[in-house]
Amino acid sequence: MDLVANLIHGFSVALSPINIGLCLVGALVGTLVGVLPGVGPVATIAMLLPITFGLPPVGALIMLAGIYYGAQYGGSTTSILVNIPGEASSVVTTLDGHQMARQGRAGPALAIAAIGSFFAGCVATVLVAALGAPLTVLALKFGPAEYFSLMVLGLVFAVVLAKGSIPKALAMIMLGLLLSMVGSDIETGQSRMAFDVPELSDGVGFVVVAMGVFGFAEIMRNLEMSQESRDVVNAKLTGLMPTLKDLKASAGAILRGTAIGSILGILPGGGAVIAAFAAYTFEKKMSKDPSRFGKGAIEGVAAPESANNAAAQTSFIPLLTLGIPPNAVMALMVGAMTIHGIVPGPQVMTKQPDLFWGMIASMWIGNAMLVIINLPLVGLWVRLLRVPYRMLFPAILIFCNIGNYSINNAPFDVSMTALFALLGYWLLKHDFEPAPMLLGYVLGPLMEENLRRAMLIARGDPMTFVQRPISAGLLALAVLLLVLAVLPMIRSKRNVVFVEGEN
Amino acid sequence: MNFRKLAAAALTLAAATYSAAAQEYPARPITLIVPFAAGGPTDVISRIIGDHMSKTLGQQLVIENAVGAGGTTGSTRAKRANPDGYTIIMGHLGTHAASVALYPNLAYNPSTDFEPIGLVAGTPIVILARKDFPAKDLKEFAAYVKANEAKINMAHAGVGSVSFTTCLLLNSIMGVKPTSVPFNGTGPAMNALVGSQVDYMCDQIVNVVSQITGGAIKGYAIATPERNAALKDVPTTTEAGMKEFQASAWNALFAPKDTPKPIVDKITAALDKALDDELTRKRLLELGSDIPNGPRRGQAALATLVSSEIAKWSPVIKAAGVSAN
Repeated sequence: MDLVANLIHGFSVALSPINIGLCLVGALVGTLVGVLPGVGPVATIAMLLPITFGLPPVGALIMLAGIYYGAQYGGSTTSILVNIPGEASSVVTTLDGHQMARQGRAGPALAIAAIGSFFAGCVATVLVAALGAPLTVLALKFGPAEYFSLMVLGLVFAVVLAKGSIPKALAMIMLGLLLSMVGSDIETGQSRMAFDVPELSDGVGFVVVAMGVFGFAEIMRNLEMSQESRDVVNAKLTGLMPTLKDLKASAGAILRGTAIGSILGILPGGGAVIAAFAAYTFEKKMSKDPSRFGKGAIEGVAAPESANNAAAQTSFIPLLTLGIPPNAVMALMVGAMTIHGIVPGPQVMTKQPDLFWGMIASMWIGNAMLVIINLPLVGLWVRLLRVPYRMLFPAILIFCNIGNYSINNAPFDVSMTALFALLGYWLLKHDFEPAPMLLGYVLGPLMEENLRRAMLIARGDPMTFVQRPISAGLLALAVLLLVLAVLPMIRSKRNVVFVEGEN
Repeated sequence: MNFRKLAAAALTLAAATYSAAAQEYPARPITLIVPFAAGGPTDVISRIIGDHMSKTLGQQLVIENAVGAGGTTGSTRAKRANPDGYTIIMGHLGTHAASVALYPNLAYNPSTDFEPIGLVAGTPIVILARKDFPAKDLKEFAAYVKANEAKINMAHAGVGSVSFTTCLLLNSIMGVKPTSVPFNGTGPAMNALVGSQVDYMCDQIVNVVSQITGGAIKGYAIATPERNAALKDVPTTTEAGMKEFQASAWNALFAPKDTPKPIVDKITAALDKALDDELTRKRLLELGSDIPNGPRRGQAALATLVSSEIAKWSPVIKAAGVSAN
């Protein structure tokens, strides 16, 4: 069979000593970058691009790919330990992951994230190899109308995943959408809500918002607690590895997360983010006891982590089969290919079989390496939590600020993060959840742009969203989910009325 | 009197440090601001050329991607940098020509706020359409777009982008104003074109070679006087009967105004040497770039190019009635 022969060829390329070495370097650097908050894979790959000049092209790309999925692994570590999501796709992991850490279960949370990611990575790699070309067709069926409907569905996930009051969740989504409107209008270039501050002309950066609202606000909350109650978090560490019960609880979540992530990862733009949120929402809906979510449910870590890693792998499909980069990291990979004189596109598979199959095989090897690197590290990370908080938090702050500054070399970003930290603290104190806000913030621009594109193409006819079958299907699903989420609320209100009436 | 003496002394002193500075230059790494994202065409060209120039200058050219507002954020930063030769910028068609008409509040003047160093390389523009577009050559394309103007969608990578500005010129030559659909960068726009969600666009050759040769989209013509080795089968606009449409996304190095002449000369010489280097040329040509020959190189040629490009693009942009900011 062709596929098998191709894969064997791929492994023969990927298993050459130099490529194994580069894959390991990539995975290590990626893990490190993922763990350092604020230093994302985009900045790292940009910095390492010149180094790849001297390397053979296949090896260079294997290394860069390693950094990319390595960072996906590492990113979950900060989400779980210190509540700072390094990337939009690990925001959901903070919800239950950090709660598990607070309950002394950081070890199992980190381990299940690594195991889930490994499983998802393996499955998605096979998918890339076997179905890369046919799946591309699906991505091409997605026009602006379909993307808009997908984003609507994504926002509905934000409502469903809220653990507290639905009106508050809606308010946070709106706030996120409003924040995302800051910047330049894509159609006219008009500046919006930037108040003549030139630094705001391209909007507020994701890291600025996420680091401030999640990470720094969390640090402030920790600091206001007394020394003892803070140490409680660190003291009663129970077990490093997940128990059999944990594994049983997570198995389904990992499978479903992998499936959702693999499909959504193929879609350019926002695929991995929606995948993580969708997987979490799905688990919460599937669960017999949804109230455990947000309070340290292990499925709430396993599902989104599997989903974002699967999506990270399948997002290579548009790049490898069409030559179109679906996100910023992939755009850098295109840059790396062009520097080496490889023009990414439909012919890479036939003209550069070494590169195509070698990279796919290396993804599998890289994922295996990551598990080997990460599982022993779990013990180390957990021990890090034993460091007294008064020493830990200045270090976190310094690393965050350096990372934040290095993204655009802009001091302005660092000051903005401070502002968002205050906002985040206020929100925490008033029981507003930041996750829906962040989802609104990430999906807002995609939703607006695609709405406007779809309307332009349909010449202003809103029926386009229901006339196109994929779009209509997504919208129907969104409505269904919303009804499922709102129904219990209405019912419980009725109950309250009845109770009051009986009195 | 005393003041005069002091001023004279200060001048001599300044002149002395000035030439000393030029002799020692470069004593530390040089920052090359690239006003676009890493991995894009301008970034890749900067890295290829910077790699060789570092060898000549004996100091590393460190690339700093300062992204935003169509490249004008990075250009503004370069304008405000110390004019000591340790900060230079890779400007291009958008930042140092089209920006004048696009951004009424532009914080710099491309012709007067910078010392030109030299033209680096251009990437020719190609006219593209979805693969099932019903026209077999450029003439039919123009006629079809004109006849079906109300139904046609043109994609571009955002107001102020090269794909946007150059397509405005194409539209004004064809005498059409189709619905223009903005995308966030050329990648998503290309995705929509490959998926036949939109009808046509203009893009730099680097981004399109494999899609055209792979049959995912149609390439009607390349907007340069000569055919390109990377796309041998695509005719030039002159061959296809639209010789008015000439467009190339040129990239050029600039230093902030008042950078000492000897220092600028040194950088120009290093650039020249890089453009003659065989490996550097090979890398640039693989991208489909157009490398300037003798008369198009150097400081004076770049100064002329900047003013002629401003004169070329400003009326097109103004006529279309778009502005950013």
